Amino acid sequence: MSEREIPGHLIRPTDELSTAERRELIASMRPEDAEGVPELSQVDVPAELREQIETAMSRYPQLRSASIPALWAVQRHYGWCTPEGIRQAAAVMGVTPAFLESVASFYDMLYTRPVGRHRVLVCRNISCWMNGGDELLDSFCEAAGVDPAEAGHGGSSADGEFFVTGFECLGACDIAPMASIDERYYGPLTGEDALAAIEQLRSGAEVLSEKAIVKRPAAGGPEPEPDPRVATGEQEAR
Amino acid sequence: MAAETRLLFRHVDDPQLPNLEGYRRHGGYRALRRAFERLEPDELIETFEASGLRGRGGAGFSMGKKGSFLPHGEMEKYVTCNADESEPGAFKDRELMLKNPHQLVEGCAIAARAVGATYAFIFIRGEYWEIADVLERAVGEAYDAGLLGDNVLNSGRRVEIVVHRGAGAYICGEETALLDALEGKRGNPRLKPPFPAVQGLYGGPTLINNVETLSNLPHIVNNGAEWFKGFGTEQSPGTKVVSISGCVQRPGNYEIELGIPSREIIYGLAGGPPEGRRVKAWFPGGSSAPVLTEAELDLPYSFEALADAGSMLGSGSIIIADQTVPIPELALRTARFYHHESCGKCTPCREGTNWTVKVLERVCAGEATPMDLDIIAAVQENIIGHCLCVLGDSMAMPVGAMVRKFRDEFERRIAGTAPASAALERDQQIAGGEVIAA
Repeated sequence: MSEREIPGHLIRPTDELSTAERRELIASMRPEDAEGVPELSQVDVPAELREQIETAMSRYPQLRSASIPALWAVQRHYGWCTPEGIRQAAAVMGVTPAFLESVASFYDMLYTRPVGRHRVLVCRNISCWMNGGDELLDSFCEAAGVDPAEAGHGGSSADGEFFVTGFECLGACDIAPMASIDERYYGPLTGEDALAAIEQLRSGAEVLSEKAIVKRPAAGGPEPEPDPRVATGEQEAR
Repeated sequence: MAAETRLLFRHVDDPQLPNLEGYRRHGGYRALRRAFERLEPDELIETFEASGLRGRGGAGFSMGKKGSFLPHGEMEKYVTCNADESEPGAFKDRELMLKNPHQLVEGCAIAARAVGATYAFIFIRGEYWEIADVLERAVGEAYDAGLLGDNVLNSGRRVEIVVHRGAGAYICGEETALLDALEGKRGNPRLKPPFPAVQGLYGGPTLINNVETLSNLPHIVNNGAEWFKGFGTEQSPGTKVVSISGCVQRPGNYEIELGIPSREIIYGLAGGPPEGRRVKAWFPGGSSAPVLTEAELDLPYSFEALADAGSMLGSGSIIIADQTVPIPELALRTARFYHHESCGKCTPCREGTNWTVKVLERVCAGEATPMDLDIIAAVQENIIGHCLCVLGDSMAMPVGAMVRKFRDEFERRIAGTAPASAALERDQQIAGGEVIAA
């Protein structure tokens, strides 16, 4: 018989349980596991959240397409995808909470547990790793007060201000090592930058203004002389 | 001296380019007018096919041919732009959307006209939040100017563009997983056939193309197929935005003509590895591409030449590892990514990526046996071709190539004679100036 102990749980195959144990297990399941689509009239949805979800629904030919936008709205409103928020979104969309939970749990950026207020995603993929991404993650953890042992999968600081996590490729290998801080990209970053960014977030100042990707000049080099073929084409277009 | 050939990146240094007015000043939206007023949908598809434009998302399939697979007739059809750029090493779409969002909006609208779609969706990865803001602003401007909406350019035709933000899953870049995600579900790939061109989004015929592919359309409509074929090679016409990163002095996006020697991109444009170091291994087309070695630097950078060399151009993302980078760790980093991103639907990928990571961790920790290398190879063989999508293959190919091409380094690591960590090896490198040959 295989048993695996994880804190607070004992996982065992259900066919090895006694009748009494099985009855206890069923009784322990949350009632909402069995519920259907919540009645909108019976769920108290904040007006702003409801409007955001309904706007998203109106943009698609089929309303279920709004599930990710709806979950984003829930996350913005509550800080994470709370069970109550998911229930509210489900009521507005006319789907089961379980359906929305299945979606929320699939995606890395939708949090199904509480996380710190400012989110720092540090890329650890190939190009960032070769340029010191692991060390950058450590620096952010230290500055924010997040346990580095947790940061591989995401950890929050004790004061609830910061969530720091290692992340798979963020699509900014040109500014390696880099991080996404509150949904904006910054790089290339040093350990000092990590410290400065956390301080700036604490004080509400602008974060690393010099390192924001939107301020980065385009592409590799300076604009070359236009290729005659490109220029000719442009001429003809006019 | 290598030079860029800027077509998609033309005027990219103009800070006004992301605005409608700036884009129009450089000839923007003329192609849209031409597509709606002077060309029939079939003519558009024929032009795209004749231009030889190949998909820029990875597979390199003829864009026009894909468009021609959509059935004619009175059913709802869709265009979907794949902007879920998540392949390690790829960051070209990010730059194209940030610097020239209207070029993509125009391309999407032209594609919608060509296949007879009302809705075009741009599926952008959730991590690109600020880029999606830029795109949404551009789409809003286009609506206000009558370039999108119920009555595009007073043609009586309707085109709607919706920017759809994902929420962090590499698998959604796979076209059928993207469709599931767009339908609001978990992003799991579907069985093919039916292909999306026949049965895609909401069960309707769907054209799915990458950002860069669609960004090419306005230029082809303006200048014609023959003009486009004047760039690049016969089998790989046009330009390509190449993302280059890793151990190079000037990482970034460079737009080149397909077919130039790879060395010119890596050394000429990106400056090569830091002073005194050499290229040890390089991914020519994102982390899914089997790695090549220093001896293969003179390969022409084209779909066909890289395929002949046993690798692929993929999304056009070059990652350089110089001799300070230990290959077993590189393999582990690569494998971890695919392990994390496997959606878990197909067993060979779900289990294969997991076991590859575990065995590579043993190798890197110096706890492996020589037999483990054969196990790694066997696991890769059992993934390739055995899943609904190619996510597992995308790990199996580069990891398999690393073990094959750098087997002696893996063996030395197992025997305990190769340095154990990247940091250690790098320190030794810097301290001793010694070159550890591949």
